[in-house]
Amino acid sequence: MKDVLKQLARDLKAEKLRTFLTIFGIVWGTVAISLMLAFGTGLHKQLIKSTAGLGDRIVIAWPGLTSIPYEGLGKGRRIRITADDLATARGNVDGLKAISTEYSGNMKVEYGTKTLSVDTSGVDPDFGPMRNLIPQSGGRFINAIDVAEQRRAVFIGDKLAKDIFGVTPAVGKTITVNQSPFLVVGVLLEKDQDSSYSGRDNEKMFIPSTTYRALRGDKYVDNFVFQAANAGDTKGVMKRLSAALGRRLRFDANDKEALSMWDTTEQFQFFDTFMLAFNAFLGIIGVLTLVVGGIGVSNIMNVVVEERTREIGIKMALGAKQRYILGQFLIETMLVTFLGGAVGFAIALTVCAVFPKLGLGEYVGDPVVSPLVAVLTSLALGIVGLVAGYFPARDAARLDPVVAMKL
Amino acid sequence: MTDTTNKLIIRMQEIRKVYDTGKIKVEALKGINLEIEKGEMVAIVGPSGSGKSTLMNLVGCLDTPTSGIYEIGGQAVAGVTRDELADIRNRRVGFVFQAFNLLPHITALENVELPMLFGAVRPAERRERASQLLDRVGLGDRLDHKPTELSGGQMQRVAIARALAMEPDIVLADEPTGNLDSSAGGDIMSIFTDLWQQGRTIVIITHDPALSRRASRVVEIHDGRITSDQATNEAA
Repeated sequence: MKDVLKQLARDLKAEKLRTFLTIFGIVWGTVAISLMLAFGTGLHKQLIKSTAGLGDRIVIAWPGLTSIPYEGLGKGRRIRITADDLATARGNVDGLKAISTEYSGNMKVEYGTKTLSVDTSGVDPDFGPMRNLIPQSGGRFINAIDVAEQRRAVFIGDKLAKDIFGVTPAVGKTITVNQSPFLVVGVLLEKDQDSSYSGRDNEKMFIPSTTYRALRGDKYVDNFVFQAANAGDTKGVMKRLSAALGRRLRFDANDKEALSMWDTTEQFQFFDTFMLAFNAFLGIIGVLTLVVGGIGVSNIMNVVVEERTREIGIKMALGAKQRYILGQFLIETMLVTFLGGAVGFAIALTVCAVFPKLGLGEYVGDPVVSPLVAVLTSLALGIVGLVAGYFPARDAARLDPVVAMKL
Repeated sequence: MTDTTNKLIIRMQEIRKVYDTGKIKVEALKGINLEIEKGEMVAIVGPSGSGKSTLMNLVGCLDTPTSGIYEIGGQAVAGVTRDELADIRNRRVGFVFQAFNLLPHITALENVELPMLFGAVRPAERRERASQLLDRVGLGDRLDHKPTELSGGQMQRVAIARALAMEPDIVLADEPTGNLDSSAGGDIMSIFTDLWQQGRTIVIITHDPALSRRASRVVEIHDGRITSDQATNEAA
């Protein structure tokens, strides 16, 4: 074994250009495949992250005008929903994990000499986790006691906090909202958000639903947000909720306009499908790259065998067994493949480490070399190396020593 | 009787070799009977196309006969696999070729070690034996030279050292002086003669009358048959 390795090192050194070209081919293949998949993974993560900025697989529903007559009632009737309606529905709908009212409006915020007009939502505690409104450390979202006691507590977006307070911490400060003092209980942790329905969360503020009603006198919700216990059951929950509210508020459960819903899980499903297709596409390109690389390696090994036919003949005449010749070439190919793979990975990892510094992460995500891809690519390379090395090696070992020596 | 069989290194009986290319069959050897005893120095001579090279390939176990019995050192060479044949070559035959056939990118010492590598001799022993052999052919100071840094005569001496590495039953030389000038050729002939006098069995295939004259026995081959087989004057 030691002799084989020693001889191998010598052969590789003696044929620097050939070794370089072979390794380069494998390096190129590895870099291409692992970077493509790394960027694919990064893009997927970024898409999910941005979409998750809106919420964690939630449905947003807006009451509207009926478009289908129902039990003697004509169409075009406005559906109005109260917090009580939703509380009742909550108990009657299976598979509903969380639901929150949302009242929306513009409020005047004063702090010191600053006066701002801010999009404000009155919400329930479940709204925070559903909409991924995660507080920065030291803060919290609106809680159940805030709602029960109609407290004047406010959770503000990170950008808004910067506008009002600059760099000083906002939690614990009191701001004036529509002439009433409100205690800032939490500031939003910065998040990516690619879609919204009433302004970006980082510029908004959130107060307890009960407080909002008391402040503005609103009776009916502007919209509500809910989440299925199991994301796969979202369509079912939507149907059951629509039916429950329809019975109570007298509209057809199939009336898409009486209660219009935005199922954000569709987006996740779309991304999953899209990424599956995208990864399959990258995978095919990667496999083709490897195949081309493998053919290259195989060709080079064939040339090597031809170049060294005489040497092989001499060795066989001196008593080298077939498996020695076979083994020598296989080990050589595998080593070259392994070396190329290792270098390729190192390059891919370097690119992935440097890329985030370019600041394009917001759009395409930061590439991530996944260990699974690493293992699979190594395996694929190993197989390519084995196959690429096997045939020339077998041809070499099958040569007749007398014929081989005379070449 | 037992005595003579033990002394027999090569025993060929009715050896035929037919090359079948599919369309035509060429009978290169048409029934060769040849016995070589231990300690003989045999020259095999004949014009090109006589079957001389085929005979050498069979004697050297590079190929197997189509029919007939061939035993080398008492071991029958028939129906063996390629690997077994390689093993027989490794242990029983030391080759010296006209074109030297040294590996160009390894040193003289490593070239001599090569058969021992295939014969699974331990590294330390390999090294020691290889340097002794190179010393014996007068290249003790050229161990680390590559073949390209040696003259033709020196290369052939490395090849002779390599042929002796596994202590083979016979040393089989194919036109060993064919690529050398007369002075270097003379040196190589002397080495063969010395080896013979030390009791080695040597078979030389040659055109060179100067070389065949040094042999104890000259076998002439013509059109696939042995036409003459006689001891020479110098053999006494």
